[in-house]
Amino acid sequence: MSSEFRNTVRANLAKPEVRANFYRAMDGLMTRRLDQFPDKVELERLRTQSMAIRANALSKLPELLETLEANLTRNGIQVHWAETAEQGNQIVQAILERHNAKSIIKGKSMVSEEMGMNHFLEALGIECLESDLGEFIIQLDGETPSHIIMPAIHKNRVQIAKLFHEKFPDIPYTEDVDELTQMARRILRDKFYAAPVGLSGVNFMVAETGTLCLVENEGNGRMSTTAPSVHIAVTGIEKVVESLSDVPPLLSILTRSATGQPITTYFNMISSPRKPGEKDGPEAVHLVLLDNGRSNIYSDPELLATLRCIRCGACINHCPVYVRIGGHSYGTVYPGPIGSILEPQKAGLDVHGELAQASTLCGACSEVCPVRIPIPSILNRLRYDGVRKDTANTNTVGSGKRRTLSEAATWKTWAWAATHPTIYHAGSTLATRFKGMLPTNLGAWTTVRSAPKLAESTLHQQAKHLGVDHE
Amino acid sequence: MSNTARANILARLKETASCSSPDKGRLGGVSYDWDTAERVRRFTERMVAVRAEVHHATPKTWLDVVQQVCVDKGLNNLLVSPETVLGKQIHAQADRFPTLKTYDQPIESWKQEMFYGIDAAFTGTHGGIAETGTLIVMPSVDEPRLMSLVPPVHLALLKVDKLYTTFAEAVQAQGWVQAGMPSNALLISGPSKSADIEQTLAYGVHGPKELVVILV
Repeated sequence: MSSEFRNTVRANLAKPEVRANFYRAMDGLMTRRLDQFPDKVELERLRTQSMAIRANALSKLPELLETLEANLTRNGIQVHWAETAEQGNQIVQAILERHNAKSIIKGKSMVSEEMGMNHFLEALGIECLESDLGEFIIQLDGETPSHIIMPAIHKNRVQIAKLFHEKFPDIPYTEDVDELTQMARRILRDKFYAAPVGLSGVNFMVAETGTLCLVENEGNGRMSTTAPSVHIAVTGIEKVVESLSDVPPLLSILTRSATGQPITTYFNMISSPRKPGEKDGPEAVHLVLLDNGRSNIYSDPELLATLRCIRCGACINHCPVYVRIGGHSYGTVYPGPIGSILEPQKAGLDVHGELAQASTLCGACSEVCPVRIPIPSILNRLRYDGVRKDTANTNTVGSGKRRTLSEAATWKTWAWAATHPTIYHAGSTLATRFKGMLPTNLGAWTTVRSAPKLAESTLHQQAKHLGVDHE
Repeated sequence: MSNTARANILARLKETASCSSPDKGRLGGVSYDWDTAERVRRFTERMVAVRAEVHHATPKTWLDVVQQVCVDKGLNNLLVSPETVLGKQIHAQADRFPTLKTYDQPIESWKQEMFYGIDAAFTGTHGGIAETGTLIVMPSVDEPRLMSLVPPVHLALLKVDKLYTTFAEAVQAQGWVQAGMPSNALLISGPSKSADIEQTLAYGVHGPKELVVILV
């Protein structure tokens, strides 16, 4: 079987340098996370609390969004709503036109990646410059992020050194990380100085106080949201929490799960634009709330848990599939386990449903998830939705689109045989007796594994032999 | 467009019956029984671990510490408010310090000097967090937002009696919700850093390259 996803995976598996980069990074991230949670009881308590905070917010989502909007508006922040990525881009475009801005400087924002904002604005002649060091690196190379927290994790320092030398030939070649970082600092400082508009994502929105919270280490997020005269924040509608007291536990588990830091260098809480008398800060702050399929996910009690995600990336860091195939193989904005449940729901099972198959269901992702999202259960549910016949009973986009006649017929036959004891016994006895004649070539499975062998006798025969009473 | 989008999104969300009622387990958390000495020890340990400098001083010696830091770092100038209680004390002894600069006009009037000509800024803080080694900074009219961000060196004074155990405790004890949030509130835990290149920590990416905390 061949598909775009499988072809990309095959191509990326054949790149030893990229695979080595991922292995090295993921090993370090797993160890650092573990070091941050020496007390297992406390970790589980914090996970339960964080899950409850996110679940509480989702259970009151429409009301909290209305409270948030009222408080942000009272604070002077302008709130915009977008049902689709395109609407979101148009809102950003209109704000830029109102301020006659021809360029923006961006802090890190996965939602802007989701919107394809850079391409949209660049087609209008507006320069979009990424200012997060990792994002800056991949933008130079014309790539997309391969991880939601560490966008350039697939590159090593030599690759980055060569890239910088190619793009900035006037600056001497160096492989020293400090020197490379200082190069980026000098280049981007001029951009922060001049940029008319800054754009950022949001980690948490506090309904109670009308506050936008941003988590970062570099200061580029603060620069983008403070130095330009206009700040635009874009985020998904699910990122709201009810009260300010919900924020400390989430911040704590987010940074520890993501990069193994007890806290990041900067935690930025923005509640209003520049007030009269204040000497800096943006004159205008806008928030774009993006739906883009989220309200549809919200409508299903089982799939709703997807929206608890706080984008820490721990599931990605612990995924044995991700570490081997790398983030770009997924072909989506969000890779790894969270991408494998989120992207098929957003784009449809007919578009990205195959990602739900790209899992061993080992459960590592749900073991580390700080908000206890049952990722394997959701993967199973999406696999079922993809092939189910009763598509009227689910809202999942593209339900039933992955159903094939041959697979359906195989399972129907199996179900029929398994529910007819005479047929089942006859079949299993025959298969056991003639096991030597069973095929050893089972397609893709046997290209890297031996075909499974049947036992000498059936389970029923063995049970009978042991005298097990079926009652 | 926006109003229709708003109505449509909210209508879709409201159509769904509330799927859970999980207020339970949401509030509460760990509380540590750390005395002042333990809070200071933890705070210092965490700050130093992320390459911040921590100097211990008294109300009588903190000006000497600031002076010494300016000398050690070879600072040509220091941005400090002449309006705050601490800033007034520095300005009163201006001859002990490098050229004192003041943020007395909107950023637009002197952005170039701020971005390319200021060596360091001195600010007060709203408190600190021992658990994570964090400064709470709430920029104001006198000490605007960019002071703790643009200059390569940030000197900050933290009073030990404002050093809380956890972030949650600080929010609660200082009554942030009741007081109303300022335009911008910040938690700062060390100098600017990144590990985006091969997971190797590099300091001074976009914000201050050095953070100096004076604990009084």
